[in-house]
Amino acid sequence: MAPASLLDVRRDGDELKAIGSGVWTSENADALEQLVTNATQAPPPETHSAQIDLSGVERMDTFGALLLERLRRAWTQEGIEPRVVGLKRRYGVLIQEMSRTGREPHPEPRRQEATVERLGHNMVDIGKDARLLLNFVGATVAAILRMGARPRTFRFTSMVNQIDRVGLRAVPIIILITFLIGCILAQQGIFHFRRFGADIYVVDMVGVLVLRELGVLIVSIMIAGRSGSAYTAELGSMRMREEVDALRVMGFDPVEILVIPRLFALLIALPLLTFIGSMSALVGGGLVAWFYGGIQPGVFLDRLKDAISIDHFMVGMIKAPFMAAVIGIVACMEGLRVGGSAESLGAHTTASVVKAIFLVIVMDGLFAMFFASIDM
Amino acid sequence: MDAVAGQDDTDIDGKRDVLISVRDLVVGFGDRTILDHLNLDIYRGEILGFVGTSGGGKSVLTRTILGLVPKRSGVVEVFGQDLDTLSEEQRSAVERRWGVLFQQGALFSSLTVKQNIQFPLRENLKLSQALMDDIAYAKLEMVGLKTDAGEKLPSELSGGMIKRAALARALALDPDILFLDEPTSGLDPIGAGDFDELIRTLQQTLGLTVFMVTHDLDSLHTVCDRIAALGDGKIIAQGTIETMMESHHPWLRAYFHGTRARAVRSDR
Ligand SMILES: Nc1ncnc2c1ncn2[C@@H]1O[C@H](COP(=O)(O)OP(=O)(O)O)[C@@H](O)[C@H]1O
Ligand SMILES: [Mg+2]
Repeated sequence: MAPASLLDVRRDGDELKAIGSGVWTSENADALEQLVTNATQAPPPETHSAQIDLSGVERMDTFGALLLERLRRAWTQEGIEPRVVGLKRRYGVLIQEMSRTGREPHPEPRRQEATVERLGHNMVDIGKDARLLLNFVGATVAAILRMGARPRTFRFTSMVNQIDRVGLRAVPIIILITFLIGCILAQQGIFHFRRFGADIYVVDMVGVLVLRELGVLIVSIMIAGRSGSAYTAELGSMRMREEVDALRVMGFDPVEILVIPRLFALLIALPLLTFIGSMSALVGGGLVAWFYGGIQPGVFLDRLKDAISIDHFMVGMIKAPFMAAVIGIVACMEGLRVGGSAESLGAHTTASVVKAIFLVIVMDGLFAMFFASIDM
Repeated sequence: MDAVAGQDDTDIDGKRDVLISVRDLVVGFGDRTILDHLNLDIYRGEILGFVGTSGGGKSVLTRTILGLVPKRSGVVEVFGQDLDTLSEEQRSAVERRWGVLFQQGALFSSLTVKQNIQFPLRENLKLSQALMDDIAYAKLEMVGLKTDAGEKLPSELSGGMIKRAALARALALDPDILFLDEPTSGLDPIGAGDFDELIRTLQQTLGLTVFMVTHDLDSLHTVCDRIAALGDGKIIAQGTIETMMESHHPWLRAYFHGTRARAVRSDR
């Protein structure tokens, strides 16, 4: 199947002759396109009659038929209407079909945004995002108030199920991660404090840092990544399959049915996980202090009792439900904004995690300022 | 080139050329057997309608032929070759020769319709962008869509348009055989009728062989050359619509002589 044998164009007396042969199907389409292009770009011959002889073409599919049509149209435009001869009868319909198509212009391709344009859009989007978030918070609060009026509509089973998924099943990984963080913290503290002979202060550092900040932060970030993304993906795929619309037309409020149980589950689970996580970090710190720093557990506990007060513990725990609310609301909002495509689901899941973590850290900063100003 | 032997003679008569043969096929999930020693032939150039109870295993058979569901035993031969014995390369050569229209269309949601149609072209052939565009738009027009649908995303299409766009993608490589799983379900009767008409036209234009799972009595009457009925994991009857109407099998009697069937017949 040398490409040249597919289409041969030559002058035959007064007539322009194109002789096709071989297999005019998709496998040879690239070569055939070349030949057709060459034939149509050749200088216009001084003739008014042309013939396309296809008796040598063994097989043809839409690719071949389309290219034949291209050749025919090009020559017709030059004012030489070619006759097509020798075509196998079974391809007649196909050729006819192809001569019908391709007369409309192709639509403009979708435009890719330029960088500057995208930057502008992003800025506007941030504004819109903030407004949507406030809207969603409003809708959630309204749903909670409505539910308060008729508490029996609260989906208790659903909430328990969610607590199991975001709370109970997260316990092992939370314990592991916070334990390791506690270990690392104590190791670093001992390593650096030892130079000043102040090893024992590592207990103060670990205690205060874990209870006030790290416990709740690590747990919130873990939960944003683990459960926030799951919420977004679940609600998003429900949106894609019109399940959310189905709820709405049956007269249910999707926020009430889907969002509230998930939100309450987080509000309950996250403080508990924070507590568990903080304890686990303290255990990690204590163990490292014992084996690496030679601080006996009894000494560690005595020192811990002096170093921390109930305030430190409260500061951490008070923050937990707020973090839970932020994570839950952002995750559910992003989930309900998913459009029809798999790509949109991915984009919103990413956005959910990134925004939740960002807001968790911003909130933590605001809380730090607040607690400092009330001397807690 | 053995793989494509016989591709040429779409209009032979006399002895019928078997494109796909299923022998003694057993498929099950867990301890449930769905297909139980099933035998079926699909002949070149025909439109075979495949009927059966909902949940009877029509989709399972289709997916087993396509190699998406593992079988317990039996042989599926496509174009005279047992898929199990083929090398990776030979297999993908076979896969290029069939087109599949999934029940929900299964268009890639992140690509435009045009890119969806060009996807198999891009992966399998080396073509210029201009030719790929021409081909994509020609296929779109062949399935009855306007060219401006080409730049739309699947989420921007109606149900009927999704089916047509997915059909255009299934036809992208000019397959020999087309598998359709309930192509007209979810379409209004006029849309369904148009779609049947389209399948008929395409079958004649492209010399296709069509395997069509359907519930639509209208389709069975108007476009199918032959019908096979699935019951209890076996083919309980096959033949023309007349053969089906004469069958004494209780399910077939209920199906072809029920109230809906009478309504269809009195319409014509
Ligand atoms: N992947 C699977 N796992 C378990 N059971 C399945 C699976 N796919 C199909 N089935 C079962 O096989 C039966 C036949 O299904 P299907 O072929 O989809 O029916 P239909 O004839 O309506 O297309 C059904 O009872 C279904 O529950
Ligand atoms: Mg099915």
